[in-house]
Formats: sequence, C-alpha cells, structure tokens
Amino acid sequence: MRPHHLLSIADLGRDGIAEVLSVAEAFAEVERRSMPKVPTLRGKVVATLFFEESTRTRLSFETAAKRLSADVLSLAVASSSVKKGESLRDTVETVEAMGIDALIIRHASAGAPHRVAAWATRARVINAGDGWHEHPTQALLDCFTVRQVLAERKGAAPEELGVDCFEGLRVLIVGDIRHSRVARSEVLAYSALGARVTLAAPGSLLPPSLEGWPVTVASDFDAALGDTDVVSLLRLQAERGSGSFVPSLREYTAGWGLTARRVALLGDEAIVTHPGPMVRGVEIASEVADLPRTVVTQQVTNGVAVRMAILFLLLGGEWPGVHADG
Amino acid sequence: MAERERSHTRPLGGVFVAHSQVLSPPDVQRALTRMAHEVVERNGGVEDIVVIGLQTGGVPLSARMAEILGHIEGATLPVGCLDVAFYRDDIGLRPVLPEAVTNIPVDLAGKVVVLVDDVLFTGRTIRAALNALNDFGRARSVQLAVMVDRGHRELPIRPDYVGKNLPTRREEMVDVGDEGVWIGTLEHK
Repeated sequence: MRPHHLLSIADLGRDGIAEVLSVAEAFAEVERRSMPKVPTLRGKVVATLFFEESTRTRLSFETAAKRLSADVLSLAVASSSVKKGESLRDTVETVEAMGIDALIIRHASAGAPHRVAAWATRARVINAGDGWHEHPTQALLDCFTVRQVLAERKGAAPEELGVDCFEGLRVLIVGDIRHSRVARSEVLAYSALGARVTLAAPGSLLPPSLEGWPVTVASDFDAALGDTDVVSLLRLQAERGSGSFVPSLREYTAGWGLTARRVALLGDEAIVTHPGPMVRGVEIASEVADLPRTVVTQQVTNGVAVRMAILFLLLGGEWPGVHADG
Repeated sequence: MAERERSHTRPLGGVFVAHSQVLSPPDVQRALTRMAHEVVERNGGVEDIVVIGLQTGGVPLSARMAEILGHIEGATLPVGCLDVAFYRDDIGLRPVLPEAVTNIPVDLAGKVVVLVDDVLFTGRTIRAALNALNDFGRARSVQLAVMVDRGHRELPIRPDYVGKNLPTRREEMVDVGDEGVWIGTLEHK
C-alpha cells in the first residue's frame, strides 16, 4: 500500500524506497529525451508553499511537476497573506479550496507538514524540508545518485542493481548533523536499505541524543574516511545558529572539513555527496568540490527525476470507471 | 501450459490460467514471417522502417520481426521499445514496471514506424503509444502489427498486420509467449 503523503522516509520503508528509485529511473529516461515532457499528470494542480528560502528544491519540484504536465502554483510567502498574519491552517485551507492536488511544503518548524497533512482533505502533502526534522526527497535523490554511480562503474543499468547494492555500504555523514534535516532523512533511508551509517561531527553539532538512531559515531574522522564508500557532507546551518556551536569557521574546517589532505585518505572508489548549497572553503575545499568523485551536479539533475517519481506515485491513479487492460 | 503470474495486470492481479492453445510456437513464427513479408510488400522494401515493440509483450516479437525483415531484404533495421505508462488514460491502474524501458534509437522524423504488440484489445495502449511516438519526432507513417486481434475495441484503431483474428469474450485473456498463443482466464488469488 502506498502512503497518502510523503512526510518522512519512514512512510516508505525499504520497498517504498525501492519503488521510488525504480520509477525515478523511468523518468530519468524521459529527461534524456529531446522533448522531456509527458502528459501523465495533465489536469492536476501542484502548489509549492515555501515558508523558507530555497533555490534548488523549489525549482526542482516545479520542473518535475511541469515535465509531468501538471499545473504549478507557487506561493511566495514574502508577498502573501502570511505576511498579514494569516495562520498556516488558514493558508492551507485557502489553497486547498482552490482544488489543489498536491501541496509541497517547506517550513522552519519541524512537523509543520504533518500538521498540514492532518488538515488537508484531498491534497497530498509532500515534505520539502521541515526545520531540523526531515527532507525526504533529498535523501531519495542521494540514494538514487549513489546507485547510479555504482551501476556506472559496474557497466550495469541502475535498475539491475535493485537496492541490494546498498547492503553493507559504508556511509559517513559529516558535519552539522544537529541542525540537518537531510542527515535525519539520510540516516533513515540508507539504514532502511541496509547500509551502515556512521556520523562524524564535533560533539556540539551532534544531536543531544542519538537514542534509537541506527548509527555509530566516528571517534576519529580521518580514520573513518579510509573506511567509507559514501561521504555525505552537510553545510553548517548558519541560519539555525550553527555558528555558535563551533569556535570559528576556520577551526571547523581544520577539524571537520573535507580538505585536499583528507580526500587523499579516501578509497579510490569513494563517492562524495552534498545536498547543496555548498560553502566552498568551509565544509568542502574548492578543489575537492570539483573532483569527479564529487557528484553534486548529478544530484541536482537527479532531483527532478526523483521528484517526478514522487509526484507520479502520489498523484497517479484515481481514475474511476476504467478497467486495466487492452 | 503452467499457470503464469500476470504482473502487469496488477492491481487487479491474479494468475493466468490457460484453457486452450490458439497458435503453437511454429505457428507464431510463420505468422511473423507472413506479416514481415506484408510489411515489405506494402512499403516496397525496408528503407526508413523502424520497428518498435510495445512493453512488455511486443518487445520480443518486435525483435523477431526486425530479424525476419532484415533477412528478407538483407539489411539491418533499427529496433526500439516503448513503454506507454506515462501516456495512459488509466494511470494508476497499471504499475510502472521496472523492466519496461523506453529506448528509441533514432529520430523518428520522416521514418516509417512499424509498431508491434502482442494483443490488440481495447486500443487504449495503441492510443497512448501514438501520443508517445509524437514526442520522438514526426514519423512519415505509423503502421500497427499485432500477433492477436481479440476485438472489443473502445477507440477507432485498427491493425495493419494481424497474426490471428481471435474472437473472444471480454472476461477472457490472451497470452502470447514462448509457448505460443493461449486463451484462458485471469484467476484471482
């Protein structure tokens, strides 16, 4: 049974993630066409409600919806009634009253998409990042990208690898884990697929409690690098006050940045991911960001296919009175 | 013939139970050979022809058809496959199959497309396929070859080349595979 909304990676589980990756592969083919648009969601209306700034996630969702022929409404919070004091609930009700099929929401407060999902009567809700909590589509596109790289090296189609290629994969998540929604979604996604997840961060940037997290914490960052297949770098979330958790950016880079020296400690096959936006010179050295093993651009490209898959899986269907053959 | 899982009829789901054989594997090969000759006759050769099989049943047939065409005319034909999942009007009733890929090897502008499928039934798959083909260039013409035409059309679509016309009841099911063409029913689990 498919979930009604996508609020957390936990809504999907191993099989759900596998289905998303598989459908995304079909959409990646659509994207490679000279005319990369299909009529699949014609007549559906998708709204993006971003209460926090974003470039790539919003553009990626809007591109995905447009390539599926859905109509896209984007609410720019800065110029909306939210500024006049309208509550989240009233905003959602207003938008839903216009007959919207999917609400893509980003909010500074953890759990906001869950509240919206509880209020929504017909719209499907997709979490595009809520506070420190989760950013499920980012984790999905990271998994998709990693599988794509692994497949390419084997000379196989990503589809042939299934999700078994994640079994035992060593993933090292580095940086501001405390304030990172990407980290939480990645931990859930990678571990659901059987990967072994390790965290590396200064103590002040680890969550207050890791109870129940299926992870280990690296005591020695440099040593952990030699033992890793995928390095997931995170940005210092300055807007969430990360700055006061580290003595200085320079010190942070010295202790936890992926510098040219540290890249040399990685195995030849290790992949470096970053959800963007990258801050060159802080969590990643500029020359490291440009290495072939750093797949940031590929992640952005894949984001569209993965988000097309999410929209398709949530909004496809509901065509009463048609039978399934012929 | 053993019971066969029909994954592509999910979520209706079920198992195909064969009742009687309509064409043996050699019959299928003869029908394909005849249809290939009809393609050559009608088009005065195989120049500009692109053979495209529909996922999933039409793909193996299209490869065989292209091979026969190539053999008759001593040429190698471009072969592609097409998955119409994103173009259907009953999206959600059929899953997107991981093995069903789209691969159109050439720009179709100016080409003669021979679309190959196993069974022609309501015509909705072909309607979707015609839409999909448009996105790959404006073909000079599109011709349809099916192994079995079982009737019950819901759209004004007719095949150009037919292996076998097979009157059926709507609730019956036709299966084309390595064991030939069988008629049977879909039993729910």
